[in-house]
Amino acid sequence: MGKNIAEKIFASHRVDNPFGDIHVIRLDAVFCHEITTPVAINDLVERGLDRVFDPAKIKAVIDHVTPAKDSKTATQGKILRDWANRHGIKDFFDIGRNGVCHAIFPEKGFVRPGYTVIMGDSHTCTHGAFGAFAAGVGTTDLEVGILKGVCAFHYPESIKIEIRGSLPEGVFAKDTILTIIGKLGVNGATNKVIEFCGEVVDNMSMEERMTLCNMAIEAGGTCGICAPDMTTVEYLWPFISDEFSSREDALKAYQQYCADPDATYAETITINGDELVPVATFGFKPDQIKPVSEMSDTRVDQVYIGSCTNGRIEDLRVAASVLKGKKIKDWVRGIVSPASPAIYNNALDEGIIKIFMDAGFCVTNPTCGACLGMSNGVLAEGEVCASTTNRNFNGRMGKGGTVHLMSPASAAATAITGYITNSDIYQQGGNS
Amino acid sequence: MKSFNGKVLFLDRSDINTDEIIPARYLTEITKEALKSYLLDDLSLEGFNPREDVPKHTVIVTRANFGCGSSREHAPWALEVNDFNIVIAENFARIFKQNMFNCGMMAVQLEPAVIDQLFAKFAGKQTSLTTDLEKNVFHFSADGEQESVPFTISGFDRALVEAGGWVGYADSNY
Ligand code: SF4
Repeated sequence: MGKNIAEKIFASHRVDNPFGDIHVIRLDAVFCHEITTPVAINDLVERGLDRVFDPAKIKAVIDHVTPAKDSKTATQGKILRDWANRHGIKDFFDIGRNGVCHAIFPEKGFVRPGYTVIMGDSHTCTHGAFGAFAAGVGTTDLEVGILKGVCAFHYPESIKIEIRGSLPEGVFAKDTILTIIGKLGVNGATNKVIEFCGEVVDNMSMEERMTLCNMAIEAGGTCGICAPDMTTVEYLWPFISDEFSSREDALKAYQQYCADPDATYAETITINGDELVPVATFGFKPDQIKPVSEMSDTRVDQVYIGSCTNGRIEDLRVAASVLKGKKIKDWVRGIVSPASPAIYNNALDEGIIKIFMDAGFCVTNPTCGACLGMSNGVLAEGEVCASTTNRNFNGRMGKGGTVHLMSPASAAATAITGYITNSDIYQQGGNS
Repeated sequence: MKSFNGKVLFLDRSDINTDEIIPARYLTEITKEALKSYLLDDLSLEGFNPREDVPKHTVIVTRANFGCGSSREHAPWALEVNDFNIVIAENFARIFKQNMFNCGMMAVQLEPAVIDQLFAKFAGKQTSLTTDLEKNVFHFSADGEQESVPFTISGFDRALVEAGGWVGYADSNY
């Protein structure tokens, strides 16, 4: 019987099958950040097990609160920093070189098709964009990953989501995944892998695929996953050109991780890309979505463009194309946080940072910050934020605040009017 | 092994997420004990007051998809330091459930109809739970009313509970 992508990766990484459907798999990469890793480090030290299974396979970054905002966050950074030094973890990214984990690790070429990746962060599912099995875990799983290079999973079933046709202008990967979450519900993919395929996915850049996979967890999914193709190979080529004689060879090697034609799925869902419209969330769950056009009476206090979902260069380009030559509404606080130094640099080179600044945005360093209400743009009680992040949970960006998730284009248009707004009125030359 | 008995807190809502269980503003803490006062700090639910209701209970019975959202193990830890070692629900978010068993705690799934019945019979009362891990039965009681509910946990989850968590198990097996 044919296998889907996750099944193929499990088959090639299985170490043990101690109980029923529990599979212990070998890990190709363990990613770490300063919020969930320090407790694991301290626990390992306390147990007299302060070791790492392979320093080259561990990657670490300080990203959630950086620069440190107080003594506690400074201590979290220090624990991670000292640990990375102590164990010779070379791929450790500290201030000046750091960025949001799920933006910077792919950018460095750390994820390859067929890889198994864990991190103490639920949006680790992002890396499935490369045809990898990448799952968020808690601190204890992370701890064992660091120590032993293995992790246990229930054997995951997969849901196949085929997105046919093409996306209309002004509709983006973010609108696509929000629509999908709206269909599945926040519990609809629990314990399952979501395999994305179809023409729309085939035509997406790696950045867009990352946006898609990033939010698999918001439907409860273990991982989002896209089959590796020439787009994947092109993105990775600077990192793999020594390993393969040509791009075609690389593609051939990676295609072993594509689903078989007769692979089986728990469920198959078909979505017609041509019918999608820009959407945003209302309420406090990411499956509560509405067309942006129906939310024009929602006034916002803040607009946030950034995060592991939509803080990449393509996102900033789209937002800048909407903002160019315009000013944001006087009552709106606009914050943009390029997700990595490379993205920031590109945005500088392309004149995008200037467009944001001229429009009235504050440009922050790469960090998670406001996305989880820890720093750099926390909301006050009763405030409303249009945000390109991934969670609109009650209090997520600050106690008593409300978050509306949307694409960078919609967020930029919203910044201009001060009310939730469809970007098309600007992109088609409408007036402000 | 931890205790899986105690007074039951009924939380009548689905999709209670880990931000509600322990908000990110407390994630700067690096000890479990420091999380103690903040359990369920951002859960706004009619009739529920975290500061009053958390100290009086040690068991949660709730609806579907408990623990969705962030992977933060701070959620089980905040439960653990408040002596909540068991949550019973229709189902759980994957990472949360794994985190619970990884800490030697229990996240037990019951059929929606059974959860409905427990709410109907016991919510709003002083309800106690006793867990019989040998026979796999929960005993609920309140005001002279009793109900015994069988449950299942997988061999792996049981091994983790018995080993006191995944680090101990993995260290001796891999
Ligand atoms: S940007 Fe937000 S969702 Fe992404 S890793 Fe950071 S805190 Fe988590």
